[in-house]
Amino acid sequence: MVQKVTGATDQFTGPHRGLTGGRIRARRLDLGLRQGDLAERMGISPSYLNLIEHDRRKIAGKLLAKAARALDTDVATLARGAGAALIDGLLDAAAMAPDPGPDLPRSGAPDLSRAGEFASRFPDWAALAVSQARRIATLERVVETLNDRLSHDPFLSQALHDVLSTATAIRSTSAILADDGEIDPEWRARFHRNPFEDSQRLADSARGLVGYLDGAGQAETSIASPQEEVQAWLAAQNHHLAALETGVDDVEKALPRGATGPARSLMRDFALVYAHDARRLPLSALRAALAQGGPDPARLAQTFGADLHSVFRRLSCLPEGVNGRPVGLVACDASGTLTFRKPLDGFPLPRFGAACPLWPLYLALSRPHTAIRQVVQQAGQMSPRFVTFSQALHRPGGGFDAPPVTTAMMLILPDDADTPAQPIGISCRICPRPACAARREPSIVASLS
Amino acid sequence: MAKRVLLIEDEPNIIEAVRYILSRDGWAVDTHADGATALAAVARRLPDVIVLDAMLPGRSGFDVLRDLRGDPATAAIPVLMLTARGQQKDRDLAERNGANRFMTKPFSNAEVLACVQDLYLGAPHPRDS
Repeated sequence: MVQKVTGATDQFTGPHRGLTGGRIRARRLDLGLRQGDLAERMGISPSYLNLIEHDRRKIAGKLLAKAARALDTDVATLARGAGAALIDGLLDAAAMAPDPGPDLPRSGAPDLSRAGEFASRFPDWAALAVSQARRIATLERVVETLNDRLSHDPFLSQALHDVLSTATAIRSTSAILADDGEIDPEWRARFHRNPFEDSQRLADSARGLVGYLDGAGQAETSIASPQEEVQAWLAAQNHHLAALETGVDDVEKALPRGATGPARSLMRDFALVYAHDARRLPLSALRAALAQGGPDPARLAQTFGADLHSVFRRLSCLPEGVNGRPVGLVACDASGTLTFRKPLDGFPLPRFGAACPLWPLYLALSRPHTAIRQVVQQAGQMSPRFVTFSQALHRPGGGFDAPPVTTAMMLILPDDADTPAQPIGISCRICPRPACAARREPSIVASLS
Repeated sequence: MAKRVLLIEDEPNIIEAVRYILSRDGWAVDTHADGATALAAVARRLPDVIVLDAMLPGRSGFDVLRDLRGDPATAAIPVLMLTARGQQKDRDLAERNGANRFMTKPFSNAEVLACVQDLYLGAPHPRDS
Protein backbone atom coordinates (compact mmCIF):
# COMPACT_ATOMS: atom_id res chain seq x y z
CA MET A 1 0.00 0.00 0.00
CA VAL A 2 2.83 2.36 0.77
CA GLN A 3 5.13 3.28 -2.05
CA LYS A 4 8.78 2.70 -1.50
CA VAL A 5 11.09 5.62 -1.78
CA THR A 6 13.85 4.31 -3.94
CA GLY A 7 16.71 5.60 -5.95
CA ALA A 8 17.46 8.46 -3.60
CA THR A 9 21.07 7.47 -3.14
CA ASP A 10 21.86 7.30 -6.84
CA GLN A 11 20.10 10.53 -7.54
CA PHE A 12 22.09 12.42 -4.97
CA THR A 13 25.55 10.99 -5.08
CA GLY A 14 25.94 9.91 -8.65
CA PRO A 15 27.21 12.18 -11.36
CA HIS A 16 28.31 15.52 -9.94
CA ARG A 17 30.68 14.77 -7.14
CA GLY A 18 33.70 16.03 -9.00
CA LEU A 19 32.71 19.64 -9.47
CA THR A 20 33.73 21.04 -6.09
CA GLY A 21 37.33 21.52 -7.17
CA GLY A 22 36.25 23.53 -10.18
CA ARG A 23 34.18 25.77 -7.96
CA ILE A 24 37.07 26.36 -5.59
CA ARG A 25 39.26 27.33 -8.51
CA ALA A 26 36.63 29.65 -10.00
CA ARG A 27 36.04 31.34 -6.66
CA ARG A 28 39.79 31.75 -6.06
CA LEU A 29 40.25 33.34 -9.47
CA ASP A 30 37.26 35.62 -8.85
CA LEU A 31 38.93 36.86 -5.70
CA GLY A 32 42.28 37.26 -7.47
CA LEU A 33 44.01 34.87 -5.08
CA ARG A 34 47.05 32.89 -6.12
CA GLN A 35 47.06 29.13 -5.70
CA GLY A 36 49.96 29.38 -3.28
CA ASP A 37 48.11 31.87 -1.04
CA LEU A 38 45.02 29.74 -0.83
CA ALA A 39 47.04 26.59 -0.21
CA GLU A 40 48.83 28.31 2.64
CA ARG A 41 45.57 29.42 4.24
CA MET A 42 44.23 25.90 3.91
CA GLY A 43 47.42 24.43 5.35
CA ILE A 44 48.21 22.27 2.34
CA SER A 45 50.79 22.32 -0.41
CA PRO A 46 50.09 24.23 -3.64
CA SER A 47 50.52 21.07 -5.66
CA TYR A 48 47.91 19.27 -3.57
CA LEU A 49 45.53 22.22 -3.99
CA ASN A 50 46.20 22.02 -7.71
CA LEU A 51 45.06 18.40 -7.72
CA ILE A 52 41.93 19.36 -5.77
CA GLU A 53 41.11 22.22 -8.11
CA HIS A 54 41.26 19.87 -11.04
CA ASP A 55 39.10 17.35 -9.26
CA ARG A 56 41.90 14.82 -9.14
CA ARG A 57 41.61 14.64 -5.37
CA LYS A 58 38.41 14.76 -3.37
CA ILE A 59 37.88 17.51 -0.88
CA ALA A 60 35.46 17.28 2.00
CA GLY A 61 35.03 17.81 5.69
CA LYS A 62 37.41 20.10 7.57
CA LEU A 63 39.51 20.86 4.54
CA LEU A 64 36.47 21.97 2.57
CA ALA A 65 35.41 24.11 5.52
CA LYS A 66 38.88 25.73 5.54
CA ALA A 67 38.63 26.37 1.82
CA ALA A 68 35.21 27.95 2.29
CA ARG A 69 36.54 30.21 5.05
CA ALA A 70 39.59 31.20 3.04
CA LEU A 71 37.38 31.95 0.05
CA ASP A 72 34.91 33.91 2.14
CA THR A 73 32.03 31.68 1.17
CA ASP A 74 30.19 28.75 2.67
CA VAL A 75 30.63 25.04 2.32
CA ALA A 76 27.20 24.62 0.82
CA THR A 77 28.07 26.91 -2.07
CA LEU A 78 31.33 25.14 -2.80
CA ALA A 79 29.74 21.75 -2.44
CA ARG A 80 26.65 22.54 -4.45
CA GLY A 81 28.02 20.61 -7.35
CA ALA A 82 28.69 17.72 -5.02
CA GLY A 83 24.98 17.25 -4.60
CA ALA A 84 22.93 20.41 -4.67
CA ALA A 85 19.81 18.28 -4.66
CA LEU A 86 21.13 16.49 -1.61
CA ILE A 87 21.79 19.73 0.27
CA ASP A 88 18.39 21.11 -0.68
CA GLY A 89 16.88 17.85 0.47
CA LEU A 90 18.64 18.16 3.83
CA LEU A 91 17.39 21.71 4.25
CA ASP A 92 13.91 20.49 3.40
CA ALA A 93 14.27 17.76 5.98
CA ALA A 94 15.39 20.32 8.57
CA ALA A 95 12.44 22.54 7.67
CA MET A 96 10.08 19.66 8.27
CA ALA A 97 11.57 18.75 11.62
CA PRO A 98 9.25 19.63 14.47
CA ASP A 99 10.05 22.81 16.32
CA PRO A 100 11.03 21.83 19.84
CA GLY A 101 9.12 24.88 21.09
CA PRO A 102 10.26 28.13 22.67
CA ASP A 103 10.69 26.62 26.13
CA LEU A 104 13.16 23.96 25.01
CA PRO A 105 16.74 24.46 23.92
CA ARG A 106 17.28 23.78 20.24
CA SER A 107 20.04 21.39 21.13
CA GLY A 108 18.66 18.74 18.85
CA ALA A 109 18.31 21.04 15.86
CA PRO A 110 20.87 20.56 13.12
CA ASP A 111 23.34 23.28 12.25
CA LEU A 112 22.04 24.26 8.82
CA SER A 113 25.25 25.94 7.76
CA ARG A 114 26.93 22.55 7.90
CA ALA A 115 24.46 20.78 5.61
CA GLY A 116 26.91 21.01 2.72
CA GLU A 117 29.74 19.60 4.80
CA PHE A 118 27.53 16.76 5.98
CA ALA A 119 26.38 16.03 2.44
CA SER A 120 29.87 15.93 1.07
CA ARG A 121 31.41 13.94 3.91
CA PHE A 122 28.64 11.39 4.29
CA PRO A 123 26.69 11.42 1.03
CA ASP A 124 25.09 8.03 1.64
CA TRP A 125 23.94 8.91 5.13
CA ALA A 126 22.71 12.31 3.96
CA ALA A 127 20.75 10.65 1.16
CA LEU A 128 19.25 8.34 3.75
CA ALA A 129 18.21 11.30 5.90
CA VAL A 130 16.64 12.99 2.90
CA SER A 131 14.77 9.93 1.74
CA GLN A 132 13.57 9.31 5.28
CA ALA A 133 12.33 12.87 5.60
CA ARG A 134 10.40 12.43 2.37
CA ARG A 135 9.04 9.17 3.57
CA ILE A 136 7.91 10.82 6.80
CA ALA A 137 6.12 13.50 4.79
CA THR A 138 4.39 10.81 2.75
CA LEU A 139 3.44 8.81 5.81
CA GLU A 140 2.17 11.89 7.60
CA ARG A 141 -0.16 12.43 4.72
CA VAL A 142 -1.28 8.82 4.95
CA VAL A 143 -2.07 9.28 8.61
CA GLU A 144 -4.01 12.43 7.86
CA THR A 145 -5.96 10.63 5.14
CA LEU A 146 -6.76 7.73 7.40
CA ASN A 147 -7.65 10.06 10.22
CA ASP A 148 -10.04 11.91 7.96
CA ARG A 149 -11.54 8.63 6.98
CA LEU A 150 -12.04 7.54 10.57
CA SER A 151 -13.72 10.80 11.41
CA HIS A 152 -15.81 11.30 8.32
CA ASP A 153 -16.50 7.94 6.73
CA PRO A 154 -20.10 7.17 7.75
CA PHE A 155 -19.84 3.45 7.07
CA LEU A 156 -16.65 3.01 9.03
CA SER A 157 -17.98 5.07 11.88
CA GLN A 158 -21.17 3.02 12.06
CA ALA A 159 -19.30 -0.29 11.75
CA LEU A 160 -16.86 0.58 14.51
CA HIS A 161 -19.71 1.73 16.69
CA ASP A 162 -21.46 -1.61 16.14
CA VAL A 163 -18.36 -3.61 16.95
CA LEU A 164 -17.61 -1.67 20.12
CA SER A 165 -21.21 -1.65 21.30
CA THR A 166 -21.53 -5.39 20.81
CA ALA A 167 -18.22 -5.99 22.54
CA THR A 168 -19.43 -3.85 25.42
CA ALA A 169 -22.63 -5.84 25.76
CA ILE A 170 -20.70 -9.12 25.72
CA ARG A 171 -18.21 -7.84 28.25
CA SER A 172 -20.82 -6.58 30.67
CA THR A 173 -22.98 -9.65 30.43
CA SER A 174 -20.16 -12.15 30.75
CA ALA A 175 -18.75 -10.24 33.71
CA ILE A 176 -22.08 -10.60 35.46
CA LEU A 177 -22.10 -14.33 34.76
CA ALA A 178 -18.51 -14.76 35.87
CA ASP A 179 -18.67 -12.70 39.08
CA ASP A 180 -22.02 -13.62 40.48
CA GLY A 181 -23.01 -16.84 42.05
CA GLU A 182 -26.50 -15.73 42.87
CA ILE A 183 -28.50 -14.68 39.86
CA ASP A 184 -32.22 -14.99 39.50
CA PRO A 185 -32.86 -17.95 37.12
CA GLU A 186 -34.79 -15.82 34.67
CA TRP A 187 -31.96 -13.26 34.46
CA ARG A 188 -29.43 -16.02 34.28
CA ALA A 189 -31.16 -17.57 31.27
CA ARG A 190 -31.24 -14.20 29.57
CA PHE A 191 -27.58 -13.49 30.32
CA HIS A 192 -26.69 -16.87 28.88
CA ARG A 193 -28.57 -16.18 25.69
CA ASN A 194 -27.43 -12.60 25.10
CA PRO A 195 -23.68 -13.16 24.63
CA PHE A 196 -24.42 -15.88 22.13
CA GLU A 197 -26.51 -13.56 19.98
CA ASP A 198 -24.06 -10.73 20.48
CA SER A 199 -21.07 -12.80 19.49
CA GLN A 200 -22.78 -13.70 16.22
CA ARG A 201 -23.47 -10.04 15.58
CA LEU A 202 -19.90 -9.18 16.47
CA ALA A 203 -18.61 -11.77 14.01
CA ASP A 204 -20.82 -10.34 11.27
CA SER A 205 -19.81 -6.75 11.98
CA ALA A 206 -16.13 -7.68 12.07
CA ARG A 207 -16.41 -9.54 8.78
CA GLY A 208 -18.20 -6.59 7.20
CA LEU A 209 -15.54 -4.24 8.48
CA VAL A 210 -12.69 -6.34 7.12
CA GLY A 211 -14.43 -6.63 3.76
CA TYR A 212 -14.91 -2.89 3.64
CA LEU A 213 -11.31 -2.12 4.57
CA ASP A 214 -10.04 -4.60 1.98
CA GLY A 215 -12.18 -2.94 -0.67
CA ALA A 216 -11.05 0.51 0.37
CA GLY A 217 -7.42 -0.60 0.22
CA GLN A 218 -7.88 -1.70 -3.37
CA ALA A 219 -9.64 1.49 -4.33
CA GLU A 220 -6.70 3.56 -3.20
CA THR A 221 -3.55 1.61 -3.91
CA SER A 222 -1.52 4.76 -3.83
CA ILE A 223 -0.90 6.84 -0.82
CA ALA A 224 1.01 9.45 -2.72
CA SER A 225 -1.16 12.21 -4.13
CA PRO A 226 -2.48 11.55 -7.64
CA GLN A 227 -0.20 14.31 -8.97
CA GLU A 228 2.82 12.62 -7.47
CA GLU A 229 1.81 9.33 -9.00
CA VAL A 230 1.59 11.00 -12.39
CA GLN A 231 5.01 12.65 -11.93
CA ALA A 232 6.55 9.31 -10.92
CA TRP A 233 5.03 7.62 -13.96
CA LEU A 234 6.38 10.32 -16.29
CA ALA A 235 9.79 10.40 -14.63
CA ALA A 236 10.09 6.63 -15.05
CA GLN A 237 9.95 7.03 -18.83
CA ASN A 238 11.89 10.26 -18.94
CA HIS A 239 8.68 12.15 -19.80
CA HIS A 240 8.64 10.57 -23.24
CA LEU A 241 5.57 8.50 -24.13
CA ALA A 242 6.84 6.57 -27.13
CA ALA A 243 3.46 4.88 -27.62
CA LEU A 244 1.86 8.23 -28.40
CA GLU A 245 4.47 9.54 -30.83
CA THR A 246 3.08 7.74 -33.84
CA GLY A 247 -0.25 9.49 -34.04
CA VAL A 248 -2.32 6.85 -32.25
CA ASP A 249 -5.75 7.81 -30.97
CA ASP A 250 -6.08 5.24 -28.23
CA VAL A 251 -4.27 6.86 -25.32
CA GLU A 252 -5.23 4.02 -22.99
CA LYS A 253 -2.32 2.04 -24.42
CA ALA A 254 0.14 4.50 -22.98
CA LEU A 255 -1.25 4.36 -19.44
CA PRO A 256 0.29 2.10 -16.83
CA ARG A 257 -1.77 -0.97 -16.06
CA GLY A 258 -1.76 -0.56 -12.30
CA ALA A 259 -2.99 3.02 -12.21
CA THR A 260 -6.52 3.61 -10.99
CA GLY A 261 -8.78 6.33 -9.71
CA PRO A 262 -7.84 9.99 -9.81
CA ALA A 263 -4.24 9.32 -10.87
CA ARG A 264 -5.39 7.39 -13.91
CA SER A 265 -7.78 10.13 -14.83
CA LEU A 266 -4.96 12.70 -14.61
CA MET A 267 -2.73 10.43 -16.68
CA ARG A 268 -5.41 10.09 -19.33
CA ASP A 269 -5.81 13.87 -19.50
CA PHE A 270 -2.06 14.21 -19.83
CA ALA A 271 -1.89 11.53 -22.52
CA LEU A 272 -4.69 13.12 -24.54
CA VAL A 273 -2.86 16.43 -24.58
CA TYR A 274 0.40 14.63 -25.36
CA ALA A 275 -1.14 12.82 -28.32
CA HIS A 276 -2.62 16.07 -29.59
CA ASP A 277 0.75 17.84 -29.28
CA ALA A 278 2.51 14.94 -31.00
CA ARG A 279 0.21 15.22 -34.00
CA ARG A 280 0.71 18.96 -34.18
CA LEU A 281 4.49 18.80 -33.70
CA PRO A 282 5.67 15.38 -34.91
CA LEU A 283 8.95 14.18 -33.44
CA SER A 284 11.00 14.03 -36.64
CA ALA A 285 9.80 17.42 -37.91
CA LEU A 286 10.44 18.97 -34.51
CA ARG A 287 13.98 17.58 -34.44
CA ALA A 288 14.63 18.93 -37.91
CA ALA A 289 13.35 22.37 -36.95
CA LEU A 290 15.48 22.35 -33.80
CA ALA A 291 18.58 21.37 -35.74
CA GLN A 292 17.93 24.17 -38.18
CA GLY A 293 16.95 27.07 -35.95
CA GLY A 294 17.65 26.10 -32.34
CA PRO A 295 15.27 26.05 -29.41
CA ASP A 296 13.36 29.27 -29.99
CA PRO A 297 9.83 28.48 -28.81
CA ALA A 298 8.25 31.44 -30.60
CA ARG A 299 9.72 30.43 -33.95
CA LEU A 300 8.73 26.79 -33.42
CA ALA A 301 5.19 27.87 -32.55
CA GLN A 302 5.02 29.83 -35.78
CA THR A 303 6.53 27.02 -37.87
CA PHE A 304 4.06 24.45 -36.62
CA GLY A 305 1.05 26.71 -36.13
CA ALA A 306 0.90 25.66 -32.51
CA ASP A 307 0.49 27.65 -29.29
CA LEU A 308 3.47 28.17 -27.02
CA HIS A 309 2.23 25.72 -24.41
CA SER A 310 2.25 22.92 -26.98
CA VAL A 311 5.81 23.85 -27.94
CA PHE A 312 6.89 23.96 -24.27
CA ARG A 313 5.41 20.55 -23.64
CA ARG A 314 6.96 19.03 -26.76
CA LEU A 315 10.41 20.42 -25.93
CA SER A 316 10.14 19.02 -22.42
CA CYS A 317 9.45 15.47 -23.57
CA LEU A 318 12.21 14.99 -26.14
CA PRO A 319 14.12 11.91 -25.02
CA GLU A 320 17.46 13.53 -25.91
CA GLY A 321 16.58 16.88 -24.32
CA VAL A 322 17.39 20.11 -26.12
CA ASN A 323 20.95 20.48 -27.39
CA GLY A 324 21.60 17.22 -25.58
CA ARG A 325 20.71 18.76 -22.22
CA PRO A 326 17.74 18.11 -20.00
CA VAL A 327 14.78 20.46 -19.99
CA GLY A 328 12.54 21.43 -17.09
CA LEU A 329 8.89 22.39 -17.19
CA VAL A 330 6.49 23.68 -14.56
CA ALA A 331 2.88 24.72 -14.81
CA CYS A 332 0.53 26.37 -12.38
CA ASP A 333 -3.11 27.32 -12.27
CA ALA A 334 -4.56 30.75 -11.52
CA SER A 335 -4.08 30.20 -7.79
CA GLY A 336 -0.34 29.75 -8.34
CA THR A 337 -0.52 26.09 -7.30
CA LEU A 338 2.02 24.02 -9.20
CA THR A 339 0.08 21.53 -11.30
CA PHE A 340 3.01 20.06 -13.20
CA ARG A 341 6.65 19.63 -12.26
CA LYS A 342 9.48 18.31 -14.33
CA PRO A 343 12.62 19.23 -12.43
CA LEU A 344 16.11 19.37 -13.86
CA ASP A 345 19.59 19.40 -12.40
CA GLY A 346 20.38 22.64 -10.62
CA PHE A 347 16.77 23.82 -10.70
CA PRO A 348 15.08 22.02 -7.85
CA LEU A 349 11.32 22.37 -7.48
CA PRO A 350 9.50 22.48 -4.16
CA ARG A 351 7.90 19.14 -3.42
CA PHE A 352 5.09 20.63 -1.41
CA GLY A 353 3.68 24.10 -1.09
CA ALA A 354 4.33 27.17 -3.14
CA ALA A 355 7.44 28.10 -5.09
CA CYS A 356 9.52 31.28 -5.21
CA PRO A 357 7.31 34.26 -6.10
CA LEU A 358 10.11 35.62 -8.30
CA TRP A 359 9.78 32.83 -10.82
CA PRO A 360 8.94 34.18 -14.28
CA LEU A 361 6.08 31.65 -14.19
CA TYR A 362 4.24 33.95 -11.82
CA LEU A 363 5.16 37.06 -13.77
CA ALA A 364 3.51 35.38 -16.76
CA LEU A 365 0.46 34.67 -14.65
CA SER A 366 0.03 38.38 -14.03
CA ARG A 367 0.41 39.19 -17.74
CA PRO A 368 -1.66 36.60 -19.56
CA HIS A 369 -0.69 35.81 -23.16
CA THR A 370 2.56 37.78 -22.94
CA ALA A 371 5.51 35.56 -23.85
CA ILE A 372 8.29 36.19 -21.34
CA ARG A 373 11.92 35.20 -21.74
CA GLN A 374 14.09 35.59 -18.68
CA VAL A 375 17.49 34.33 -17.59
CA VAL A 376 17.43 33.24 -13.96
CA GLN A 377 19.84 31.95 -11.38
CA GLN A 378 19.19 30.10 -8.15
CA ALA A 379 20.77 31.33 -4.92
CA GLY A 380 24.44 30.53 -4.52
CA GLN A 381 27.23 32.45 -6.20
CA MET A 382 28.17 29.66 -8.51
CA SER A 383 24.75 28.30 -9.30
CA PRO A 384 24.13 27.62 -12.95
CA ARG A 385 22.02 29.96 -15.05
CA PHE A 386 18.86 28.98 -16.86
CA VAL A 387 16.90 30.63 -19.59
CA THR A 388 13.16 30.41 -19.02
CA PHE A 389 10.29 30.90 -21.43
CA SER A 390 6.91 31.55 -19.83
CA GLN A 391 3.40 32.30 -20.88
CA ALA A 392 -0.02 32.18 -19.27
CA LEU A 393 -3.01 31.26 -21.39
CA HIS A 394 -6.71 31.57 -20.75
CA ARG A 395 -9.15 29.06 -22.06
CA PRO A 396 -12.91 29.41 -21.80
CA GLY A 397 -14.36 28.22 -18.54
CA GLY A 398 -17.52 26.98 -20.22
CA GLY A 399 -20.11 29.38 -21.52
CA PHE A 400 -20.52 33.12 -21.22
CA ASP A 401 -19.78 34.83 -17.92
CA ALA A 402 -17.96 31.75 -16.62
CA PRO A 403 -14.50 32.69 -15.36
CA PRO A 404 -11.74 31.58 -17.76
CA VAL A 405 -9.38 28.80 -16.77
CA THR A 406 -5.82 30.07 -16.65
CA THR A 407 -2.67 28.00 -16.96
CA ALA A 408 0.83 29.45 -16.77
CA MET A 409 3.76 27.40 -18.00
CA MET A 410 7.52 27.89 -17.74
CA LEU A 411 10.05 26.04 -19.83
CA ILE A 412 13.51 25.86 -18.25
CA LEU A 413 16.69 25.36 -20.32
CA PRO A 414 20.31 25.41 -19.12
CA ASP A 415 22.01 28.63 -20.19
CA ASP A 416 25.76 29.03 -20.53
CA ALA A 417 25.86 32.62 -21.67
CA ASP A 418 27.21 35.11 -19.19
CA THR A 419 24.14 37.33 -19.36
CA PRO A 420 22.80 39.10 -16.28
CA ALA A 421 20.40 36.82 -14.49
CA GLN A 422 17.36 37.47 -12.34
CA PRO A 423 18.09 35.94 -8.92
CA ILE A 424 15.39 33.51 -7.82
CA GLY A 425 14.97 30.79 -5.22
CA ILE A 426 13.13 27.53 -4.68
CA SER A 427 10.80 28.57 -1.92
CA CYS A 428 11.18 31.06 0.91
CA ARG A 429 11.79 28.64 3.77
CA ILE A 430 14.97 27.26 2.26
CA CYS A 431 16.11 30.37 0.41
CA PRO A 432 19.29 32.07 1.64
CA ARG A 433 18.73 35.47 -0.02
CA PRO A 434 18.60 37.96 2.87
CA ALA A 435 17.11 41.05 1.26
CA CYS A 436 14.21 39.91 -0.87
CA ALA A 437 11.18 42.13 -1.10
CA ALA A 438 9.07 39.18 -2.19
CA ARG A 439 9.90 37.05 0.84
CA ARG A 440 6.75 35.72 2.52
CA GLU A 441 8.25 33.89 5.48
CA PRO A 442 11.62 33.82 7.21
CA SER A 443 14.24 31.46 5.92
CA ILE A 444 15.57 28.65 8.02
CA VAL A 445 18.94 28.64 6.30
CA ALA A 446 21.87 30.93 6.95
CA SER A 447 21.75 33.94 4.67
CA LEU A 448 24.32 34.41 1.96
CA SER A 449 26.92 36.94 2.85
CA MET B 1 -36.71 7.26 48.11
CA ALA B 2 -34.49 5.15 45.88
CA LYS B 3 -31.77 6.84 43.94
CA ARG B 4 -32.78 6.98 40.33
CA VAL B 5 -30.66 6.68 37.21
CA LEU B 6 -31.83 7.18 33.64
CA LEU B 7 -29.92 5.14 31.09
CA ILE B 8 -30.21 6.58 27.57
CA GLU B 9 -28.76 3.91 25.31
CA ASP B 10 -30.03 2.05 22.27
CA GLU B 11 -28.18 -1.26 22.53
CA PRO B 12 -30.66 -3.68 24.21
CA ASN B 13 -28.12 -6.05 25.70
CA ILE B 14 -26.05 -3.22 27.16
CA ILE B 15 -29.28 -1.86 28.67
CA GLU B 16 -30.01 -5.20 30.27
CA ALA B 17 -26.55 -5.68 31.70
CA VAL B 18 -26.24 -2.15 33.04
CA ARG B 19 -29.75 -2.22 34.39
CA TYR B 20 -28.92 -5.42 36.22
CA ILE B 21 -25.73 -4.22 37.88
CA LEU B 22 -27.21 -0.87 38.87
CA SER B 23 -30.47 -2.26 40.22
CA ARG B 24 -28.56 -4.84 42.22
CA ASP B 25 -26.79 -1.90 43.84
CA GLY B 26 -30.10 -0.42 44.86
CA TRP B 27 -30.77 1.94 41.96
CA ALA B 28 -34.12 2.46 40.31
CA VAL B 29 -33.18 2.22 36.66
CA ASP B 30 -35.20 3.78 33.87
CA THR B 31 -34.16 3.39 30.29
CA HIS B 32 -34.72 5.29 27.12
CA ALA B 33 -33.46 4.35 23.66
CA ASP B 34 -34.17 7.31 21.39
CA GLY B 35 -32.16 10.51 21.01
CA ALA B 36 -34.98 12.61 19.57
CA THR B 37 -37.23 12.18 22.62
CA ALA B 38 -34.49 11.93 25.25
CA LEU B 39 -35.04 15.46 26.60
CA ALA B 40 -38.69 14.77 27.29
CA ALA B 41 -37.75 11.51 29.03
CA VAL B 42 -35.36 13.38 31.30
CA ALA B 43 -37.87 16.13 32.05
CA ARG B 44 -40.51 13.55 32.93
CA ARG B 45 -38.34 11.60 35.34
CA LEU B 46 -35.79 14.10 36.63
CA PRO B 47 -33.33 11.33 37.64
CA ASP B 48 -30.44 11.72 40.08
CA VAL B 49 -27.88 10.62 37.48
CA ILE B 50 -28.01 10.25 33.70
CA VAL B 51 -25.95 7.74 31.70
CA LEU B 52 -26.00 9.03 28.13
CA ASP B 53 -24.72 7.27 25.02
CA ALA B 54 -23.12 9.58 22.45
CA MET B 55 -24.48 7.82 19.41
CA LEU B 56 -28.23 7.50 19.57
CA PRO B 57 -30.84 7.01 16.90
CA GLY B 58 -32.70 10.24 16.15
CA ARG B 59 -30.29 12.66 17.79
CA SER B 60 -26.67 12.76 18.89
CA GLY B 61 -26.03 12.38 22.60
CA PHE B 62 -23.79 15.45 22.47
CA ASP B 63 -26.72 17.58 21.31
CA VAL B 64 -28.98 16.08 23.94
CA LEU B 65 -26.38 16.94 26.58
CA ARG B 66 -26.07 20.53 25.41
CA ASP B 67 -29.83 21.05 25.66
CA LEU B 68 -29.93 19.40 29.08
CA ARG B 69 -27.38 21.91 30.29
CA GLY B 70 -29.34 24.77 28.73
CA ASP B 71 -32.49 23.98 30.65
CA PRO B 72 -32.43 25.13 34.30
CA ALA B 73 -34.57 22.15 35.31
CA THR B 74 -31.97 19.66 34.12
CA ALA B 75 -28.76 21.70 34.10
CA ALA B 76 -27.47 20.31 37.39
CA ILE B 77 -28.12 16.60 36.84
CA PRO B 78 -24.78 14.77 36.68
CA VAL B 79 -24.18 13.06 33.33
CA LEU B 80 -21.91 10.14 32.48
CA MET B 81 -21.28 10.14 28.75
CA LEU B 82 -20.64 6.84 26.96
CA THR B 83 -19.03 6.64 23.56
CA ALA B 84 -17.73 3.98 21.26
CA ARG B 85 -14.95 6.27 20.10
CA GLY B 86 -12.23 7.34 22.47
CA GLN B 87 -11.03 10.16 20.23
CA GLN B 88 -9.86 13.31 21.91
CA LYS B 89 -12.26 15.48 19.97
CA ASP B 90 -15.20 13.44 21.28
CA ARG B 91 -13.82 13.88 24.76
CA ASP B 92 -13.42 17.61 24.22
CA LEU B 93 -16.91 17.91 22.80
CA ALA B 94 -18.39 16.04 25.75
CA GLU B 95 -16.52 18.24 28.20
CA ARG B 96 -17.48 21.42 26.37
CA ASN B 97 -21.13 20.41 26.36
CA GLY B 98 -21.04 19.82 30.09
CA ALA B 99 -20.48 16.09 30.71
CA ASN B 100 -19.32 15.26 34.24
CA ARG B 101 -17.65 12.05 33.19
CA PHE B 102 -16.70 10.38 29.96
CA MET B 103 -16.31 6.65 29.42
CA THR B 104 -15.21 4.72 26.36
CA LYS B 105 -16.81 1.46 25.28
CA PRO B 106 -16.15 -1.29 26.04
CA PHE B 107 -16.26 -0.36 29.73
CA SER B 108 -16.32 -2.68 32.69
CA ASN B 109 -19.34 -3.07 34.94
CA ALA B 110 -17.36 -2.01 37.98
CA GLU B 111 -16.29 1.23 36.28
CA VAL B 112 -19.83 2.18 35.39
CA LEU B 113 -21.11 1.37 38.84
CA ALA B 114 -18.34 3.26 40.60
CA CYS B 115 -18.80 6.24 38.32
CA VAL B 116 -22.55 6.46 38.81
CA GLN B 117 -22.05 6.20 42.59
CA ASP B 118 -19.44 8.95 42.50
CA LEU B 119 -21.70 11.21 40.51
CA TYR B 120 -24.55 10.62 42.91
CA LEU B 121 -22.43 11.42 45.92
CA GLY B 122 -21.19 14.55 44.21
CA ALA B 123 -17.62 13.29 44.19
CA PRO B 124 -15.35 15.86 42.61
CA HIS B 125 -14.91 15.60 38.91
CA PRO B 126 -11.40 14.52 37.91
CA ARG B 127 -11.13 17.90 36.18
CA ASP B 128 -11.37 19.67 39.52
CA SER B 129 -8.83 17.53 41.30
